[in-house]
Formats: sequence, C-alpha cells, structure tokens
Amino acid sequence: MPEPIINVEHLGKSYLLQHENRQRYQSLRDEIVKSAQTFWRDIRYPHKRQKRRSQENFWALQDVSFAIQPGERIGIIGRNGAGKSTLLKILSRITEPTQGRVAIRGRVASLLEVGTGFHPELSGRENIFLNGAILGMTRLEILRKFSEIVEFAEVEKFLDTPVKHYSSGMYVRLAFAVAAHLEPEILVVDEVLAVGDAEFQKKCLGKMEDVAAKDGRTVLLVSHNMMAIRTLCSKSLLLSGGKIQCYDTVDRCLSIYESKYVNPNVCTWERKEIASQESLVILGISCNLLGQQPVHVLEISVLLESVKEHKSAFIAVDVLDSSGGAIMQAIPLLQEPLAWQRKSHNLKISIQLPPLIPGVYLASVWVGSHNSETLDWVKEAVSFEITESPIPNRTFPYTRNHGFMVPISSCVRI
Amino acid sequence: MTPAPPPTPKYELIIEAGRGDREYWRDLWRYRELFYFLAWRDILVRYKQTIIGIGWAVLRPLLTMIVFTFVFGSIAKLPSQGVPYPIWVFAGLLPWQLFSTSLTECSNSLIANANLLSKVYFPRLIVPASAVVVCFIDFLIAIAILLALMIFYNFAPSWNILLLPPLIALTCFASLGAGLWLAALNVKYRDFRYVVPFIVQLGLYISPIGFSSNVVPEQWRLLYSINPMVGVIDGFRWAIAGSVVTPYVPGFLMSISFSGLLTYTGLLYFRRVEKTLADHI
Repeated sequence: MPEPIINVEHLGKSYLLQHENRQRYQSLRDEIVKSAQTFWRDIRYPHKRQKRRSQENFWALQDVSFAIQPGERIGIIGRNGAGKSTLLKILSRITEPTQGRVAIRGRVASLLEVGTGFHPELSGRENIFLNGAILGMTRLEILRKFSEIVEFAEVEKFLDTPVKHYSSGMYVRLAFAVAAHLEPEILVVDEVLAVGDAEFQKKCLGKMEDVAAKDGRTVLLVSHNMMAIRTLCSKSLLLSGGKIQCYDTVDRCLSIYESKYVNPNVCTWERKEIASQESLVILGISCNLLGQQPVHVLEISVLLESVKEHKSAFIAVDVLDSSGGAIMQAIPLLQEPLAWQRKSHNLKISIQLPPLIPGVYLASVWVGSHNSETLDWVKEAVSFEITESPIPNRTFPYTRNHGFMVPISSCVRI
Repeated sequence: MTPAPPPTPKYELIIEAGRGDREYWRDLWRYRELFYFLAWRDILVRYKQTIIGIGWAVLRPLLTMIVFTFVFGSIAKLPSQGVPYPIWVFAGLLPWQLFSTSLTECSNSLIANANLLSKVYFPRLIVPASAVVVCFIDFLIAIAILLALMIFYNFAPSWNILLLPPLIALTCFASLGAGLWLAALNVKYRDFRYVVPFIVQLGLYISPIGFSSNVVPEQWRLLYSINPMVGVIDGFRWAIAGSVVTPYVPGFLMSISFSGLLTYTGLLYFRRVEKTLADHI
C-alpha cells in the first residue's frame, strides 16, 4: 500500500462558546467588565471555577483519524454542524487544530468559496491574476493557463470590464474557471457547486470529474448534494457531532447517513419550562417525513396544554428554508377549534409537500385565537432534510436562485 | 559518470496545534507573489472612482504643508533654523504621513480582508505588510513634491540625504510594528477602530512636525523620543537640511530601539493571534 497523501490523527478542534454574549465580536469594555466580574466570582466561589470554564468549550471536531491515499476522491457528508467545514478549514490551514496532527504530502488548494478575493473594481483580467495568486498559483502558471481560463468562463468580451458590472452568472463562471485550473496534488472543495446556473454547474461537475479521474488528483469534497457525491467520489467520510461515523464506500456511508438522519427523520422538540402568564402552550412537537420524492408528506405531531382560560384557538405550521426564510404556511382545518376546557390536545398534522429541492428545512408551529392573537409560537422547532432530487436522475445540483420547488413538468413532441 | 541527482524531497506539511515557526517563514517566502498581488490590487483600487485619482497623493501633503506653513511659520513664527519653512515642515510631514497612513491602513487591513482570511490560507503577515507598501507609493509621490519645493527655493541638500533610505525604512518598520499590534487587537476588539484615528490625530500634534524638537526641554527630550517619529522626523530634517540641524543622538537611538521593540513584540503578538484569526473574524 502506498503512503497516504493525507494522514489525520486524533484531530480535535474546540471553540469557546460565549453563552451570554452572542455578539460576533467583543468590545474592550465588555471584556474589562466581564473579566472583573469573573475575577470577583472566582474569589468568592473558587470551587465553582472549574465547572464554568468547561461548559464554555465546544468540540467541533473530536478525535478524528483517517488516511487518504493518493488519487482518492473523498466525499465528506454530514448534517449541518457535524464538523465538515471545520475539518476543511483545518486541512486548508485557515485555522489551527486544538489537538492532533495532520500530515499532508503535496500542495493543497482549497476552494471554500467561489471568487474569494475578487475585487469588484478590478477588471476580469486583473481578477484572474489576483484570484489565482490567492489560490496559490504563481504568475507564470496563471499566464500559461490564462486563455484556457477565459475560454472556460466565456467572458472574452468583458475581460477589461470591472467585475462589478458582471452579471452574477458571469462572475461565478469566472471565479470557478480560475479555481478549476489550479494544479495542486490535493483539491479541497466546499459546497461551491451550489452557485451558478444549471448548465454551468454541469460543466463544473464535468471539470471536477476530469480533475479527479484523468489527472489522478486527490479531491476532498463537501456537499449536501448526494448525487454529486455519488458521481464524483470513490469513498465517503460521514461526520456526525464532530466524530467520524463511517469512513467507507460512498454507498455505505450514504445508506447510514440516510437511515440515521433522513429516512425516519424524526425530530422532536420539547418545552423545558412554562412561563406563568401563558394560557395555551405547546408542550412538544415531533415531525416525520414520509413518502418519497416527488410526493413527500410532512407529518407533525403537536402536544398542547390549556393551562388556563383562553379563546378557542387554531394552529398553523410554517415551513422555512435552512436560513430561516419562510417558504410556505399550512393552516390545517381543525374538526373543532382548540377549546380551553379540553386541557390536553394531541394533534397530528399532515402536510403534503410540494416537490422541494434537496436541503434542510425547518418548521415553526404557531397557535393562536381567531383574531390573530398569538398564544404560543415555537419558531424553527423541528427540521427535516430532503436529500433526493424531485426529478429522478438529475445529476446537476440545485440552486436556491431558481426557487425551492421544482414543478413536475413534462414535454412531448407534437 | 555523474550520479543521478537525488529526488527532490516531496513537500510535506504537518498541521498541529502551536506548530511551525520555521515553516511560517518558509511560507512567507513561498507566498511572496501574493504579497505583490495584494499590494498591486490595493494600489490599483486606492484611487478608483475618484475624479482626481492619484492627485490625492499630491494634494493631501501639499495642502497640509501650506496650512502648517501658514499657522506655524507665518502666524506663530516658530523657528526653522534657517531652512525655508515649507521645506522644513515638509521634511517633518513626509515621514509623519507615511507613518500615519501606514498605521491606519495596517490596523484596518485584517478586517478589510476578512473574507479572504476566513477562506484561504496564506501567512497573514502579508496583509498588513502589503498595506504598508501601498502607503509607500503615496510617499514616493510626496517625495517628488519635496524635490520640487527644493528646486523652487533653490535649496541644495547636503550629502546627508544619502541617509534618507534607512530613515524611510525605519519609518516603515515603526508603522508596521505598531500596525501589527493594532491589526491583531482590532480583530478581537473592534474598539481599536476608534482608537487608531485618535492616535493619528494626537500624533500629529505631539510629533515635531510644525515645530523643532529642540523646543522640548533638555530633561524631557529622551523621554519625548520614545515616540518613534521624533527620531525619524529629526533624522529627516538632518538628512535634508544638513549641518544646520544638530542631531540629538541619544534621542535618535531611543526612537530606533523603541521602534525595534514595537516591531518585535508586534510580530510576536500577531503570530499568536494569527493562528486562530479565522475563528474571530
């Protein structure tokens, strides 16, 4: 067996979580006030000190070990927050691990975003050079590949126009073209295929297949697009909660991934405590995704309790995209409105979903009385994931630029 | 028969917590082209979408010089040791503007390039360093104005002028040192966004630009020279005006050693912050 090109041993990365402060950055004043408070607390309650510290540590990756042989194409999969991006960031040296060791034999080019470092004021030509340099190409390499890049991106006419005047499609094309012409031994790619129009995405996938298969380069690809993983990768790494769940063939990893997270798709939410002023409260929510593309049914069970008198109420479910934007709302017809005399209400709501594109979706549950008075509202309570394409055998990825739903359409020659 | 050359050792990289000072400097060399490109980008972009473009690099020092000449030379009538006042002011203003613009650009550079830092690896030192280079270009233009002034006043420089390049280098180092500190601090504490303009504004008055540093009482002069720009500005005047200016050597050495200290500690701190920079930005 040849020596592995990437060898990862007991890799770990922890982040300090700031519970009380959700700001992205601290200010010096906060820091001073907080450290004074901490100092005072530490003096008064020295025994509590250790506990509080350890709570703030969050392990995004923990004890991850694997080896990659030269020429392998690894698809890294896992839910959001499983540690995929953290792993890529460590491998591409953007951040340092907290523990463990990685040995890499070869030049790494990482493509965590399309068009990193593009400057809107500079022309296409200038940006090719700049972006190439950022991705680690030398000026000579860029010069050698220049015409190829321009041809691939189809921007010959606009080479000397500032990219701020480019259409978003042109912009993405140019950015990908530069990245696609890197010649590293190892290529690390994060979900970059989710941009650009369908035709171009196909071209990118083709290019990546070329890079991987023909030139025998090692590729690490993170994607939520299972079709892309299936077509491109020879092996897969399934991460879950910062640990390796499975490192095996793509089929095995995908089946574990799907059986574990996707198929039953039971996610539950439970209320921890009830505020005293509430009258009708949602105690628990669970959701279950049934059926297969293109016909999915989202089943949501809701347990409610009438704590004290309230107006008769009805229920609504919002379905949101993974970034929290509402896509649709379902207001199921109730046989009878929820009356407070009934104390406990156990409801099962079935929502027939339109053909959604693959991705993670969230659902919020709302209860209120008829004059749109909110009694309880659990935002983004449960989530479900659509992994398969609504249209069978579609290999190129979906993009949200074209909406969340795919109409089922047909075309015949007449 | 000559033996075949040994196979070139394959580039191997080890990623580990707290590793790699040696690799870092090697990488710095390997990424030198990126350094040129970043500087080149900032130079190209600096005066884009402005009407007079590079004219700003001429106008800013020129206008400041005129105001200073008017206020300190004509109204306050501060002594300029026989040198035409505009040249006197300009010799102080030049290094100061190089220092202050570099410092400002340097300390904002990491935040301005946040998207780059969180997506691509390269030695982060490149970013503040290229910010200094951009300011250096403006400085070169301002030097041309100084030459024009000297021709206008028919003022012949002494041979001391040959010592100008090391003085310029010293300015760059002082601003890079302080800039590294501020850039690294700025990532974690955005307060420094407000601190920097304040430092620059204050520095303009406490540095000997409008006046001569020998106005400062003798017993305070060494302490005064902790400000790295005191040594530099005195040095500039000495290099340009020659023997009419008596150099104050202990002060100059003080400025040099303090800038050295600033750069060294700045580098250390920057390297420490750099490793987890992407997590904070």
